Amino acid sequence: MIAVTNITKTFGSHTAVDNVSFTVKEGENIVFLGTSGCGKTTLLKMINRLLEPDSGEITIDGRPIRQQRPEDLRRSIGYVFQNNGLFPHYTIEENIAIVPRLLGWDKEKISRRVTGLMEKLHLPPDQYGASLPAQLSGGQQQRVGIARALAAGPPILLMDEPFGALDPITRAAVKKDFKELDELKSTTIILVTHDVQEAFELADRIFLMDKGRVVQEGTPDQLLFEPAADYVRTFFEEQRFALEASRIAAGDYPALIRAFDHFKNRQR
Amino acid sequence: MQQQSAKLLQQTIQHIGLTFISLFITVLIGIPLGIYITRNKKAAGIILGFAGVLQTIPSIALLGFLIPLLGIGPIPAITALFLYALLPVIRNTYTGIEGVDPGVKEAALAMGMTGMQRLLKVDLVLAFPVIMAGIRTATVINVGVGTLAAYIAAGGLGEFIFGGIALNNTNMILAGAIPAAILAIALDFLLSLVQKMGNKVRRTALVLLPLISLGFSSFYVLPLGYSSRLLAGFTPEFMGRKDGDIGLRSIYGLDIRTVVISGYSTDGRLKAYDLLTLEDDKKIFPPYYAAPVIRKDALAKYPELGPVLDKLSGRINDSIMTDLNYRVEYLNQSPEQCARDFLVAQGLYKAPRNGNKGVVRLGSKIFPEQYILTDMYAMLIQGYTDLQVSSKTGLGGTKICFEALTHNQIDCYPEYTGTALLAILQPSAEEISRLTPSRDSVYNYVRQKFDSQYQLSWLQPIGFNNAYALMMRRSQAQQLEIKTISDLTRYLKKDKP
Repeated sequence: MIAVTNITKTFGSHTAVDNVSFTVKEGENIVFLGTSGCGKTTLLKMINRLLEPDSGEITIDGRPIRQQRPEDLRRSIGYVFQNNGLFPHYTIEENIAIVPRLLGWDKEKISRRVTGLMEKLHLPPDQYGASLPAQLSGGQQQRVGIARALAAGPPILLMDEPFGALDPITRAAVKKDFKELDELKSTTIILVTHDVQEAFELADRIFLMDKGRVVQEGTPDQLLFEPAADYVRTFFEEQRFALEASRIAAGDYPALIRAFDHFKNRQR
Repeated sequence: MQQQSAKLLQQTIQHIGLTFISLFITVLIGIPLGIYITRNKKAAGIILGFAGVLQTIPSIALLGFLIPLLGIGPIPAITALFLYALLPVIRNTYTGIEGVDPGVKEAALAMGMTGMQRLLKVDLVLAFPVIMAGIRTATVINVGVGTLAAYIAAGGLGEFIFGGIALNNTNMILAGAIPAAILAIALDFLLSLVQKMGNKVRRTALVLLPLISLGFSSFYVLPLGYSSRLLAGFTPEFMGRKDGDIGLRSIYGLDIRTVVISGYSTDGRLKAYDLLTLEDDKKIFPPYYAAPVIRKDALAKYPELGPVLDKLSGRINDSIMTDLNYRVEYLNQSPEQCARDFLVAQGLYKAPRNGNKGVVRLGSKIFPEQYILTDMYAMLIQGYTDLQVSSKTGLGGTKICFEALTHNQIDCYPEYTGTALLAILQPSAEEISRLTPSRDSVYNYVRQKFDSQYQLSWLQPIGFNNAYALMMRRSQAQQLEIKTISDLTRYLKKDKP
């Protein structure tokens, strides 16, 4: 379990994260949603100590992360970057093997793990194993980034706009394969995005952020149907019909008609 | 030239050694400094600024600064090369690492690499081509500046270049300059191959490079190991002259490396250190009577110059010149002061007439005696004629002085008969051995040849004979019973196994 208590982070006079607290249960998928500059990435980076909070505390399974060596902490947390962050001088296999190597796994085990992950992410090892990242397409690179983050089987996965740089078709394909990974069943995922649909698609709980604060926290339905503030309501306004339609079970026509009426009223 | 071919190889090897020793030290210090300033931005400005300032100091001046601190020889030479090579290595290490994609750097940390792991596996490997470009620049700078090492007795191809300039020997200049140029191009090319190496071998290259440069450094260090029992200190000019080291080797069979030093018979050091001049019993050193050499057109234009310049004739003998040199070199009197005192004592000094009839351009070579003589001539001309004087002192050697004279850049400078004979006219060996024993025949020969070949006039000899000489400490010479160069050779041969 991850427990974040009253953390604040400022850069100069700008407060990026302002007194935020939350907890994440084991295996839970949560999404921090907000516009760029709302502090969601800063928040994410404090969880694996790429940034240190000015005040407040973060514990993982009851242990304050400040008391752990940053390297050890990070090796137990997967991290996926928006722009993949692959090592340009490492082959695909070497990129995926970085964390297992740092952990000192034996070669056999690393090789099995790398091959397995590449197959699940539809990157034939024979074809791409010895390639350099620059020889792959953007979507393939992002698949490698995901494989690298999951290679050592971390209990926690942090994802910073992982599909943000991809075109819609590639994004859908990568996301589909990602969701099908059986590794993720027991993994706690914290994902940040500005993409409302993505948040609704992947989240058990969404934290909507604005100006360094959490405006509302809840399940997608709670945010959509029980907005706690005007900001929350307006945030979803543009995509409300699509979002509401996606939350309605197939065949529930009355609910669908209600949603459509609602949508038409808004339009007026 | 044949005698010199072994030396060419030796000097080339020495030059490579010199280049790589300083390169090795530069890499050893420059790369860590470059890494340090990527982590400490405040220090970056200071360190890059300091290395930049070092780069702007003229190389000769830098060597000059180092002499009082480190003396002469390899250590100040290597230090100077190191200081010059520092900037490109530090700057390229810094910009190379700064230029690595920040996303990749952050990813390395996020994967759980330590700072050191990231440095070795990511930063340095990705910055490698840029760092290598800096090392290439440093190498080429070192090969070039390395030629100046000869000025402070650190060897290398500069010995030929500066010897050639001093001796008016174009072949000798090229013998140093061409290998130096080839060396620079070849090393730059080899390092460009290293720079283009793939990712895989880069880390190996990073480890091997210092080892290889250490290997090349031994080129320089090893020859220092074998030397004979006495050490000799010669100027580059002396090392290359037939009436210098080559003559000592071929005629006396003498091979010495500094108990004996070469010098001039009017050398101020004779007086300063109580040195004894060894007798040249086989006469390899010709007479070196000094006299002003003047362009004939200048003499025709200002005929009054002749008698004025001849006023010093017969006034300065060997011991007087030695004393004058001693005053300038060891008592730190200015050459001008020394010249004025002498002229006043001789009753020759007259206050300048400040006339405006024309300007006479006087030149001098770059050692004290020439400065003193030029100052005397300037005072005489200004005191006895209506001419003005413009002095171009400190011309870098016989060749430069002589070329300046024939190309009408100066009108007159003091030259020595022996130097004119051997370094400028270069007659056949038989001619030389016929002329050498007699002071007058050498003087008449050079006067006649200069007149017919170069339109230059030799005026009356001043009187002293500034020959090359081998000098030893008087006490040591007496103890070892060495009076002549042959005695010295016998002493050295006696103890060879």
